[in-house]
Amino acid sequence: MSEATVADTRRLNSKPQDLTDAYGPPSNFLEIDVYDPQTIGVGRNRFTTYEVRMKTNLPIFKMKESCVRRRYSDFEWLKNELERDSKIVVPPLPGKALKRQLPFRGDEGIFEESFIEERRAGLEQFINRIAGHPLAQNERCLHMFLQEESIDRNYIPGKV
Amino acid sequence: MSFFSFGQTAEIDIVLNDAETRKKVEHKTEDGKKDKYFLFYDGETVSGKVNVTLKNPGKRLEHQGIKIEFIGQIELYFDRGNHHEFVSLVKDLARPGEMAQSQTFDFEFTHVEKPYESYTGQNVKLRYFLRATISRRLNDICKELEIVVHTLSTYPELNSSIKMEVGIEDCLHIEFEYNKSKYHLKDVIVGKIYFLLVRIKIKHMEIDIIKRETTGTGPNVYHENDTIAKYEIMDGAPVRGESIPIRLFLAGYEMTPTMRDINKKFSVRYYLNLVLIDEEERRYFKQQEITLWRKGDIVRKSMSHQAAIASQRFEGSASSEKALSQAKEEDD
Repeated sequence: MSEATVADTRRLNSKPQDLTDAYGPPSNFLEIDVYDPQTIGVGRNRFTTYEVRMKTNLPIFKMKESCVRRRYSDFEWLKNELERDSKIVVPPLPGKALKRQLPFRGDEGIFEESFIEERRAGLEQFINRIAGHPLAQNERCLHMFLQEESIDRNYIPGKV
Repeated sequence: MSFFSFGQTAEIDIVLNDAETRKKVEHKTEDGKKDKYFLFYDGETVSGKVNVTLKNPGKRLEHQGIKIEFIGQIELYFDRGNHHEFVSLVKDLARPGEMAQSQTFDFEFTHVEKPYESYTGQNVKLRYFLRATISRRLNDICKELEIVVHTLSTYPELNSSIKMEVGIEDCLHIEFEYNKSKYHLKDVIVGKIYFLLVRIKIKHMEIDIIKRETTGTGPNVYHENDTIAKYEIMDGAPVRGESIPIRLFLAGYEMTPTMRDINKKFSVRYYLNLVLIDEEERRYFKQQEITLWRKGDIVRKSMSHQAAIASQRFEGSASSEKALSQAKEEDD
């Protein structure tokens, strides 16, 4: 290699990192757990609710910690709102399991323990995926879903 | 080949005068194969001989003239019928008549202008070739010799770095810097990414080199993008204040110089694409054009020879003689 000038491959100068930035908590902390399924009601009017607990340090969320109860149809509502109002590709929800709701099944149908666990895991994956999306974070429906006691289906959709 | 004539046919062979000494380079053909061709630069003379060998001894070859052409043309794949010739030179070798025996004709195209680099792409091809033709009433006899042309540049006077702050409001802010805006084909891209704000969960970051070939004009413009390289520069989650270095050696990738609006027919441009991928496989990217140019090899040879001569002044004669012979070996 007898080049007239050898390329300079030394690193470019960079600012040294502030130690509080290096060792402090990261600015992207966001954790949402979906757990504690509870079946409410009797007979044909039964339904399952899940606790949705969020912990975050993102400034876009008003509350740094929140805990609400939601059912499957609430997740469906959120998915529909996001598909209509935002430009993002919304991840899939776990299945509706209509077959499980038919009568004359040998098992508990949609109240079967293994099914509830499967659904819980799917809902947790769904909400974590969507809550981390920068565009979804601008939608009022997401904030209402995560941080308000109950969902007002007559709300005015919009951006935060 | 005519099976029904018992007349005469001939074989043409084009041989360059400097075939022994002229360098050959590899060039991709349209079907992706690589072949070696003689390398020429702008302004160089193209000279040689055309050997016409008669196939059937004793018979005469009647012809309407023999000529040789030097052609530079652009061929758009979606418009094959129209070849756009930007260089077209012709030399007549023989007037119409008869050839009684095999003959050799000399030709010279002096200081030929070769303004563009040879290029074989996805939708367009630019090529240079010599074509010898024996014109006949029914069917001509033709032979082509393809050559490759490289366009050289020198170190640009102005070569500013690229430095920019980009991001998504309140989510991700980065400052990226590349040490130059113009790189030669064997250069190194040295840069860095500085994180100002990280509110998303980044999994890794890569830098891609994208080649964009543009053909057509006006409403019929067509872009063909090809990712030449993908190079991971970071694995893991960065935080505010971190700097990630970039060092990307271009010599390992097959690239051409940047070609802008060649003969108003096509362009070949290169872009650096910085891509960040988060935990949910979402991609955030920033594309930036860079200019690629071809540096000549000629400088290298004379430098090593000069360096060897220079060493004579400082070392004993034995070692300097060894250096000189080594330099001569490198030149050959």
